[in-house]
Amino acid sequence: MSEAFKGMDIVSIRDFSREQIEHVLNVAERMVPIAKGEERSRELEGKILGSLFFEPSTRTRLSFDAAMTRLGGRVLGFDAPGGSSVSKGETLADTIRMVDGYSDVIVLRHPQEGAARLAGHFADKPILNAGDGAGQHPTQTMLDLFTIRKAKGKIDGNHVVVLGDLKYGRTVHSLSEALALFGAELTFVAPPTLQMPKEHVKRIEEMGLKPKVTSSLSEAMKDADVLYVTRIQKERFPDPAEYQKVAGIYKIDLDMLKDAKSDLKIMHPLPRVTEISPEVDATEHAMYFEQAFNGVPVRMALLSLVLGGSK
Amino acid sequence: MKEFKVTPIRNGTVIDHIQAGMALKVLRIIGVKGEVSSTVSVLMHVPSKKEGWKDIVKVEDRELDPKELDKIALISPDATINIIRDYNVAQKFIVEVPSRVKGIMKCSNPGCITNKNEPVEAEFVVESKKPPSLRCVYCDRTTTDIADSII
Repeated sequence: MSEAFKGMDIVSIRDFSREQIEHVLNVAERMVPIAKGEERSRELEGKILGSLFFEPSTRTRLSFDAAMTRLGGRVLGFDAPGGSSVSKGETLADTIRMVDGYSDVIVLRHPQEGAARLAGHFADKPILNAGDGAGQHPTQTMLDLFTIRKAKGKIDGNHVVVLGDLKYGRTVHSLSEALALFGAELTFVAPPTLQMPKEHVKRIEEMGLKPKVTSSLSEAMKDADVLYVTRIQKERFPDPAEYQKVAGIYKIDLDMLKDAKSDLKIMHPLPRVTEISPEVDATEHAMYFEQAFNGVPVRMALLSLVLGGSK
Repeated sequence: MKEFKVTPIRNGTVIDHIQAGMALKVLRIIGVKGEVSSTVSVLMHVPSKKEGWKDIVKVEDRELDPKELDKIALISPDATINIIRDYNVAQKFIVEVPSRVKGIMKCSNPGCITNKNEPVEAEFVVESKKPPSLRCVYCDRTTTDIADSII
């Protein structure tokens, strides 16, 4: 199985079969002690990661840096294209061809949808998509799946409630499709103006599932095993008045969790604003900081696999 | 009552069974804009035995290239092409919607990388031929509004 990953571009979660995703999660599991610094690895010693962040990022960029460094590799790149040739009008294709010559693997975050696929056409080295505009963010999806599997022992059979901005939130589109691939039960909770786009619901139905679509969180919460909360992103609203109408509509606090299952796990891709009250952080429900950590072993697994390290 | 008919053409192409209302878009595809040096006849809203109404375009001294045929197929999948040589139909065929298209239309997603200044041609996988529905290879967005996206 590992051999199939060597040299592969990681662009969209749709490019992967269930078996391939499970293999990544298994490799990630083996990476946890190294990610925590309990064991040392030189697996990617001498290898260079080209890290191109055309948009600001904290978690994704740092966890890729940590992942490469924990495996003994080095990182070069930028996280603000202001001072680079990009600001002089260089095309992405040219930037990629240049970095392709300087590194062994490339991580790319870019504001334009389809940027990672384009990069894959111009690079000989593997491309890892770290988010392309409102498009795909496959490594986030994989770390979300890893977190659910770690918390619940398995992915299938869990009732996952996905809450928040389901219209514009890129993580929830690919996550819900991946969850459907694993046969998880899905409920989408959002105000009607931010509900899951119909084409995504249809795609999930075509995979044999019947996701519930509602604006009532309390109803959906009762038998939820996982609550996946997303931030309503102010920057996606052209009209501030429209944002004000929906901002703060759902808030997870201790009162809200009274009727939830005792083993309910709450996830959030972070950063959060007001959607999860800090009082929830100390409960057994909170998984979001562990989820953020899981970005490291999952990205270690992917780096190792595309560079032909892991067996 | 005197009936006016479009006269037969000697050499050229007759594009028949164009979906009613699409004739002007077909003209745009084959590059007929203002000035022409050969006769171009356009018939719109003509009764059709097959399906109610159709449009027809006749162009003299002109045969279509494969890219033009693909474009016509995408906006009017039932169109037929008659190639006329010396007043006779030398070839007649129905256009065929390709399974993949490249360089003939732009992605309808303004945020798609192919709409920026990059050295790539937009490329699509045809997910449905009738009615045509195309998915962008780069951004994954599905476009059904084909006529407005054709280059």
